[in-house]
Amino acid sequence: MALIEVDNVSRTFTVRSRKGRLRREKRQVNAVDGLTFQVAEGECVGYVGPNGAGKSTTVKMLTGILVPSGGRLRVAGVDPSRDRVRLAHRIGVVFGQRTTLWWDLPLRDSYEMARRIYRIPAGRFRANLDRCLELLDLGPLMDTPVRQLSLGQRMRGDIAAALLHDPQVLYLDEPTIGLDVVSRNRVRQFLREVNTERGTTVLLTTHDLTDIEQLCSRVMVIDHGRVVYDGGLEGLHAVGESERTLVVDLAEPCPPIAVEGARVVRVDGPRQWLAFPAARSAAPVVAAVAAGYPLVDLSVREPAIEDVISRMYAGEVAAPVRVG
Amino acid sequence: MPLTLYGSVARGSFRRYATYRAAILAGAFTNTVFGFILSYTYLALWHARPDLGGYDATGAVTYIWISQALIAPVCVWGGGFQDDFQDRVRNGDIAIDLYRPVDLQSWWLATDLGRAALQLVTRGVLPMVAGAAVFRLRLPHDGRVWAAFLVSVMLAVAVSFAFRYLVSLTGFWLMDSDGVRSLAGILGMFFSGKLLPITLFPGALGALARVLPWSAMVQIPCDVLLQQRTGGALATGLGFQAFWALVLLAAGRAVQGLATRRVVVQGG
Repeated sequence: MALIEVDNVSRTFTVRSRKGRLRREKRQVNAVDGLTFQVAEGECVGYVGPNGAGKSTTVKMLTGILVPSGGRLRVAGVDPSRDRVRLAHRIGVVFGQRTTLWWDLPLRDSYEMARRIYRIPAGRFRANLDRCLELLDLGPLMDTPVRQLSLGQRMRGDIAAALLHDPQVLYLDEPTIGLDVVSRNRVRQFLREVNTERGTTVLLTTHDLTDIEQLCSRVMVIDHGRVVYDGGLEGLHAVGESERTLVVDLAEPCPPIAVEGARVVRVDGPRQWLAFPAARSAAPVVAAVAAGYPLVDLSVREPAIEDVISRMYAGEVAAPVRVG
Repeated sequence: MPLTLYGSVARGSFRRYATYRAAILAGAFTNTVFGFILSYTYLALWHARPDLGGYDATGAVTYIWISQALIAPVCVWGGGFQDDFQDRVRNGDIAIDLYRPVDLQSWWLATDLGRAALQLVTRGVLPMVAGAAVFRLRLPHDGRVWAAFLVSVMLAVAVSFAFRYLVSLTGFWLMDSDGVRSLAGILGMFFSGKLLPITLFPGALGALARVLPWSAMVQIPCDVLLQQRTGGALATGLGFQAFWALVLLAAGRAVQGLATRRVVVQGG
């Protein structure tokens, strides 16, 4: 059975805007419209979409703080808005830009508070805390007031706080925002461990697609309140009609290269960029260039997932909904 | 929900406010300075009109110092948890609080009681000591009066919290509850007895002020310590405070239900 079931869920907001001096206009805005997906226990799913696509609205409905206007929604068999407090014992939430930690008190106090809030048995609390402290390298920071922590340290502190009660589902919203490379990697490594070792189901919302590439086998792209893609990362390239790029350095500046199956997208002196479909082999293109031009050096660039998704947002790609 | 959770929330809040030492000293200093100004004003007034409002001059000056000591703990004109709470409503952090299995009102009540306790032993005691060093104050020697006073102060904080919670909940609809808060602050200053004892208010205004919840915040605790309320009147006073605390807390709970169910939580 799926742990998260979202069936034709919609959410409408009423937006009031001023029209002239006194007149006001009410307008209905569909933040989420006909949203349908399922997440199985133990999955790690990336949830991406442009700002305003409905990601936060979805998470708020899944955690029960927002009631859907229509449709059916179940998390661990429970209707979130009806049983918000009961469900809260079974979920963990981390927002990269917000904190649940006590700002002026040492980190230790926030964890002690979590133990009481979730009524975690002493032994389990000790074991979970020790594990988090070790993997997130928080041990030396336990007696530091939270306001003195760096962003990376605070973020790690928040992630630990969300996991002490062994949640079944972990919602992450931009968990690596603003972090340096080292902190990012540590956070990702930890999350991967939580997902694979403990089997915690993870729904990861982010604009950093590297997070998704490194953590998730499945990605859902949402736009205008609907799922426009649901499947593996590789599938995105096929659906997105991605192109690979062949960068060639010639012995001297030449007119744009004309070879079968590739087109020149840029020329800069002796260097030229050729685009060809991602699904095709580079070998024939390379051979054709080498045969007809004074080739000195070459490299092949893989398509960036960002490009695919940004073209999806822009509506250039008519992405079919693939429910994977 | 176990009491131990909210007990530790209150303790954490106490320690949290204890970290702002400079603010505590600055606040205590301000309360003391105004205590002096008001004392001399009252002395002049009571010199011209002895036994005004049922207090003699010593009683009136003592009233000043008790009410000065209550300003910070009871938050007569707003403050305390409101600053944090309103920020969290405005920027959407309140959403995270809702993700946790805790009762919002109990959580904030616990933080406010912890804050009040810290401010009573700092910003309450310091001005009182300064006032007692300079003026002749009428403070009781009977420990039971002090105990009744502490109960009355705790109820005053509860009434004040319940009222401020309602004020701040308007932020869910208005996005910014500062306007409502200013209005509430002025009403609080006037009707609590902080500006002038309510016993000085004439006729119908006095009768009205006596039954409004604000009198539970300053007037009643002051009268308990001044032993203007003893025996049956003491019980009635504490009962009056408890009544308003329960009514306002219940109202806050109802509005909180509406606020968290119906209203969009701000921010992405």
